[in-house]
Amino acid sequence: MTTAVSGPPTTRAFRRTPAEQARQIAAEILKYASLVFAALCVIIPLLVFVFLSLKTNAKTNTTSPLSPPRSLDLHNYSVAFTQAKMTLAFTNTLIIMIFSISMTVIIGSMTAYAIDRFQFRGKRLVLGAFLVGSLVPTITTQVATFQVVKYFGLVGTLRAPIVLYLGTDIISIYIFLQFIRSIPISLDESARLEGASTFRIYRTIIFPLLRPAVATVVIIKAVAIYNDFYTPFLYLSGNPRLAVVSTALFTFKGPFGTQYNVLSAAALLIILPVLVLFLFLQKYIYNGFSNGAIK
Amino acid sequence: MVANFAQRVPRARWTNALRQPPKPAISWFRRFRRLTPWIYLVVPLGLLTTFVYYPCVRLFYYSFTDWDGLTPHPSFVGLYNYRQIFSNPQYFDVFKVSLYYIGGAAVQIVVALYFATILSFNVRFRNFWKGVIFFPYLINGVAIAFIFNFFFAPGGTLDSVLKVIGYHNQYNSNGRLLSHHLWLGDPHLVNVSLAGVSVWRYLGLNFVLFLGAVQSIPGNLYEAAELDGASRWHQFRYIIAPGIRPLIGLSVILAVAGALAVFEVPYIMLLGANGSTTFVIRTVQTAFTFHEFGQASALAVVLLLIVLAITWVQRLVVPDKEVDLT
Repeated sequence: MTTAVSGPPTTRAFRRTPAEQARQIAAEILKYASLVFAALCVIIPLLVFVFLSLKTNAKTNTTSPLSPPRSLDLHNYSVAFTQAKMTLAFTNTLIIMIFSISMTVIIGSMTAYAIDRFQFRGKRLVLGAFLVGSLVPTITTQVATFQVVKYFGLVGTLRAPIVLYLGTDIISIYIFLQFIRSIPISLDESARLEGASTFRIYRTIIFPLLRPAVATVVIIKAVAIYNDFYTPFLYLSGNPRLAVVSTALFTFKGPFGTQYNVLSAAALLIILPVLVLFLFLQKYIYNGFSNGAIK
Repeated sequence: MVANFAQRVPRARWTNALRQPPKPAISWFRRFRRLTPWIYLVVPLGLLTTFVYYPCVRLFYYSFTDWDGLTPHPSFVGLYNYRQIFSNPQYFDVFKVSLYYIGGAAVQIVVALYFATILSFNVRFRNFWKGVIFFPYLINGVAIAFIFNFFFAPGGTLDSVLKVIGYHNQYNSNGRLLSHHLWLGDPHLVNVSLAGVSVWRYLGLNFVLFLGAVQSIPGNLYEAAELDGASRWHQFRYIIAPGIRPLIGLSVILAVAGALAVFEVPYIMLLGANGSTTFVIRTVQTAFTFHEFGQASALAVVLLLIVLAITWVQRLVVPDKEVDLT
């Protein structure tokens, strides 16, 4: 009947009465209407921002937000790019991402390896500690975490967000645990019989096979760090040289609070890289978030 | 020294050791093997303790003091901070704000389920719809705040759209609105508007998670159901919903916990003005603006306990068991 291996079939094997057919057509119309409505809800606010960013300030006040600009004027973008110190912000964000993501991948996979592949006393306790830790909303404990970070002298340095993204990330350990369980233990055992050390087994057998989990963790982490406002706002906002994309955009609100044409250009400059990556990596991103949710 | 040391070794143990088969090499190896996992776990456990558990313990301690963030020896005030939370409307009112976001979360889950269901059946431009619904989740929170500041601004996007679809108001000669709803200025509307933003932002994540789960349900189940004359609603009710029940339960918890922890968007859009102060905005302000760290810690402890309680209830109500569909 259908060729699809999984997923619902769509063709009907039996005839329908005219009344049923009419109902089905109505259902189809309703389905597409709801999809179009949802798409408009998402696109209109964004599209209006694109229009705004291409208009001059004078035009913004005299034309309807919904009317497209007459000409392409990229002046707002150049103002936004220089005023918001975008190069600096993108560099800082990238530095934080590279350090905390690579260390999360190494530490997370090693933790999963230790928990899943070794029998040791206190194993359940360790697992429980990570589980309960994942339930603690880090946004609320920040009042006390701030003092710890301050004690280590990290407030006002890029190391503060790096170490926090690393230290409070328990979800990635779960993702690695999920994947490591599907790697057959016989692989480790045969390597051990040939005299490989545990670290060698981790490095040459386990880690390479964890590649899909690494992709998942990298995607989830990258999105979370790029979009995080709270951590850099608390720990980096004192020093303008340490602006990341979120805080750079936020400080922009002060001087340009009502100049939406410049503000929109700045916001779109930050959205654009994400949109481009999304269009190229769609499949991986969906998989990343789907895998990340299964605990 | 050496001789002295040897003399101290009890005789009995010597004889014992001689009687048993020699295995020092193995026991060394075993001891090392027992240590190995801890070598891997030292760093993550250290981080977990330093940045999750230790702050939690400190939080409890601070919550019983009047600490201002500076004095080395804060004085103990007992339950004063907690009594403040439940008696002073300044703190208690923020719970009411959370209700708007919980309402938004309910809408979000229902709508996400709807789109996940219809997009798992055959639809034209499927990838386009999927991408459009998901993309807002990837947008930076500050950018979202700016977008919706303009969206809800007087004469902004929403007012203009309402004008196009015939919702009439007074206009000046340029066609700009003169009278309108104050979507963000009206304390009765502001939290509805902001909860709407939250739905706009997070719907995509819920939707993609549900879609993945729905698609993992074997297709022949629908075929069998259709041959038995089951309608789409019945297919949803008896195949899809039970199949993804654990995920729905998890999403409800995450949504409620998320509704309590809203910070970014209302803070950036309004700095908590017009009655849009959420629990976390109040906590952050209490700590970092008013330097009442003791009071802020008590707020954080209350939120922590609520989230833990919700998670516990969820574990009771929706067990993690896999639902067997066959």
